[in-house]
Amino acid sequence: MNTTVAKTGRILLALLACYGLSACSIEPWVKPYERDRLADPIMALDGDPVSTAYIQHVYEAREGARGGEGAAGGGCGCN
Amino acid sequence: MKLRHLFASLALLFALPASVLGGVLPDDRGDVLYHRYEGGGVTIDGPSVLVRKQAGKSLSFVGNYYLDMVSSASIDVITTASPYTEEREQWSLGMDYLRGNTTMSMNYVSSVESDFDASTYAFSVSEDMFGDLTTLTLSYAYGEDIVGRSDDPGFRRENTRQHYGVGLTQILTRNLIATLNFETVTDEGFLNNPYRSVRYQDPGSARGFSFEPELYPETRTSNAVGLRARYFLPYRAALEGEYRFYTDTWEIEGHTASLTYVHPWGPFTFEGKFRYHDQTGAAFFQDIFSRAEATNFRGRDKELSPLTSYTFRGKVSYEFIDPNKGWGIFKRGSLNFSLDHLFVEYHEFRDITSGPLGEEALYELKANVYQIFVSFWY
Repeated sequence: MNTTVAKTGRILLALLACYGLSACSIEPWVKPYERDRLADPIMALDGDPVSTAYIQHVYEAREGARGGEGAAGGGCGCN
Repeated sequence: MKLRHLFASLALLFALPASVLGGVLPDDRGDVLYHRYEGGGVTIDGPSVLVRKQAGKSLSFVGNYYLDMVSSASIDVITTASPYTEEREQWSLGMDYLRGNTTMSMNYVSSVESDFDASTYAFSVSEDMFGDLTTLTLSYAYGEDIVGRSDDPGFRRENTRQHYGVGLTQILTRNLIATLNFETVTDEGFLNNPYRSVRYQDPGSARGFSFEPELYPETRTSNAVGLRARYFLPYRAALEGEYRFYTDTWEIEGHTASLTYVHPWGPFTFEGKFRYHDQTGAAFFQDIFSRAEATNFRGRDKELSPLTSYTFRGKVSYEFIDPNKGWGIFKRGSLNFSLDHLFVEYHEFRDITSGPLGEEALYELKANVYQIFVSFWY
């Protein structure tokens, strides 16, 4: 039992260490001052949340698939 | 009820990472939208209003009100029931809390129809990492539905629904950002529409077929993975590509892809989009069954048929408040109009009004979706 706990602890510690090290060691290859183009409103992944929610809702009502698009629709199936 | 219960959590939308630049709350804004869907004998229109406001430096609140007013004489309705009108009212309240590089979001959504109520509770955590190049989001939502029948006050069935989501947004270069989303949804309960019917061959009937209520499995689990990437073109325009793979335990498998182009021109922004979706049908879907109660589960919803859909979108936005100058308390304002033309080809679902049994044409749907909305940032 103790061996299992110790093993799990070591794995968690190793994972935390990896996370900590990677967070410190990964140098951002796109600097904050180089993100002006990404901050342009035309680059927004979802610039119009109300409109996106509505059209996702239409697709969910008309098709058999759902989810995976980073946004989920509201609800009428609308025969 | 005539509205179908595809209630999913709008909450998840507002629980998305606040910014690709990391560690900030969503902008304060207000949106007023009018939507209208016309096609296949169905008209649905109504407003949607969203207000978002920060309180202090670490809290942001959001509220949304949405209304569908439905008038339906669709192919399903005219062949087995009478045309109807219906309303669905939805509202949601949410909160985002920012602490360091972590954003925690909570949301509650309520949807009410005369014969269908749904509530969804959503929670998500986003963490910006690696110099804010990467945003990892974990989300969970729990939903409860109560299904009724307008012609039977004693009819009451329940559903529960759970969403599990993982999202990764990654800045790849100074011109390219991508997002990968994985989502699992599980449903349990009364999943079919209490009004809908399947048809079966019936030599005793004048038309050669009769109808009986549909009967769905009581569980469904779906998995979807989507990848989206947006690229900044050298002359200030944007190109976005998206792909989604979908599969579920009803044996529907779907592929969805889209391409979007965004082009600003002075205070105007133009957008064009093409979207393609193709899916196989549910295992228990048949356009016509060989006899009554032929299978354990049976359905004839056209959305569960094998189908291919195409959407063409045009959108124009006009920025009437210059973001460099502002106007009073407003930092920015835009007026937007969009039209989506949807065309769906059903590969097994037939239009039973088009001819006698055996000569019916496959059904096709053409619909236009209009949106006009004004947005303010303050």
